[in-house]
Amino acid sequence: MDNLAQALPAQFNDPAEAPLLRAEGLSKLYAPGKGFEPVNLNLFPGEVLAIVGESGSGKTTLLKTLSGRLEPQQGEVIYQGNSQMPAASLYQISEAARRQLMRADFGIVHQHPMDGLRPRISAGGNIGERLMEVGARNYADIRRQALNWLTAVEIGADRIDDLPITFSGGMQQRLQIARNLVTHPKLVFMDEPTGGLDVSVQARLLDLIRNLVTELNLAVVIVTHDLAVARLLAHRIMVMKQGQVVETGLTDRVLDDPQHAYTQLLVSSVLQQ
Amino acid sequence: MQSFNQIVSATEPEQDYNFGYLDEQTKRMIRRAILKGVALPGYQVAFGGREMPMPYGWGTGGIMLSASILGQDDVFKVIDQGADDTTNAVSIRQFFAKVCHLETTTETAKASVIQTRHRIPEQPLRNDQILVFQVPIPEPLRFIEPRETETKKMHSLGEYGSMQVKLYEDIVKYGYIATSYAYPVMVHGRYLMDPSPIPKFDNPKMHQSNALMLFGAGREKRIYCIPPYTDVASLDFEDHPFSIQQWQAPCSLCGSETSFLDEVLIDDQGQRMFVCSDTDYCQGQLAKNAAEEALHG
Repeated sequence: MDNLAQALPAQFNDPAEAPLLRAEGLSKLYAPGKGFEPVNLNLFPGEVLAIVGESGSGKTTLLKTLSGRLEPQQGEVIYQGNSQMPAASLYQISEAARRQLMRADFGIVHQHPMDGLRPRISAGGNIGERLMEVGARNYADIRRQALNWLTAVEIGADRIDDLPITFSGGMQQRLQIARNLVTHPKLVFMDEPTGGLDVSVQARLLDLIRNLVTELNLAVVIVTHDLAVARLLAHRIMVMKQGQVVETGLTDRVLDDPQHAYTQLLVSSVLQQ
Repeated sequence: MQSFNQIVSATEPEQDYNFGYLDEQTKRMIRRAILKGVALPGYQVAFGGREMPMPYGWGTGGIMLSASILGQDDVFKVIDQGADDTTNAVSIRQFFAKVCHLETTTETAKASVIQTRHRIPEQPLRNDQILVFQVPIPEPLRFIEPRETETKKMHSLGEYGSMQVKLYEDIVKYGYIATSYAYPVMVHGRYLMDPSPIPKFDNPKMHQSNALMLFGAGREKRIYCIPPYTDVASLDFEDHPFSIQQWQAPCSLCGSETSFLDEVLIDDQGQRMFVCSDTDYCQGQLAKNAAEEALHG
């Protein structure tokens, strides 16, 4: 049984399918125990990976390094958009190529929505900016796509010209997600997307994310300290403690049968109903 | 008994300032920055701006550039809002007449160096003329990105997509691209540039211009240039193409239908008239009209 539990689901085991993102011996330490120690991981197209752990365990640092925003001290991150594309090592290609790749293929959802939005630009402009960054120059077309995406994330079409600072926290987060998805990225990085939202809004947001991920076949790396979020969204889970990956495996396996003492503590400290 | 200084001043012509006010080393430094700017059209070159005997915002950037390029044979013209007779234009012209002892003019055709704020003359420029602009804010991306480190990166990597957002927001608010001055342009397909607060009416005049155009921002200490015969394209959308201002009526004074018009209130009842903002051009047209009338009448 052990063997089966550790294995990846069949859909990700197709040898013809190369991993979308690969990290090899990746490490970034600000100080001993601050940051994360060497990590290897493979992320396949359409797969959702949750990184869980307590505050200061290196989750966000790992996410930043994986998403091309923080140079690691060791190891490399290799991204291969599809089998025709040559694999690119994120920190060895030029900065111009890296930013180009991040614009076209990555989405980054910040914990605080205003970090990822432009406060003085209308909601439509916030979504449209991503399209204009990748070369869209037709106003009517940009506006149509912005409207479609607002509807897709359940924001009223009449709010398209309102500033994001007039939106509620949940709406801002949904707007941020729309802004990231409008360019059809292959890979989305999310840092605590449900942090700071009340429970009912959280539930709706999670529902939305889950639907979008399935519909668009997105690969997602999601950082969270909320095990319920991980259980709902993730195929695989990675548990971190003090910069080390202490356990990794299928979500249900890890949460139902935690092996490491820290994971056991984490699972048992969730309120049981 | 006369002091030594009195004897010297009696024998030498009065000359309290170096030619062009700035010292020769400073002028050299600025000319180097200009050469770099000419080699990289549209790129903002940092330079060591000097204190000038007037406040920032009064055209110190333009004055430093003019001071560095003026020679003894140059003929100097200053335009302020298109006019030759407003305070700023008169003082800057007097300043250079005093510190350079050179000839000044109000006629566009006679001038070899023209310092301007807000306008490019209506009369087409020649390739032996230099146009010097006074620039308040040289960074076109400031609107979308407040961080200097980030805008530098955007320039170096040519990431200008976000600039379209400004135009997008205009269309959202007003139904058309309402930006009417400091309208962003791409210079020779490489650098995004803010053409200082000239009306977008003047943007097409920068494209393949005969004259060298120099832009100086005194407070921000930046110089950028458009060499002659350079492509300058205004940003727009496919379905909202770039267009310039248009007026219902011709100039009330000279009758020109092709020049940029200023709206002038003429009484307390709110009556207004539209006149050419380029005073030299307007007077030229008036003289031409009078000559034609004399010929036919």
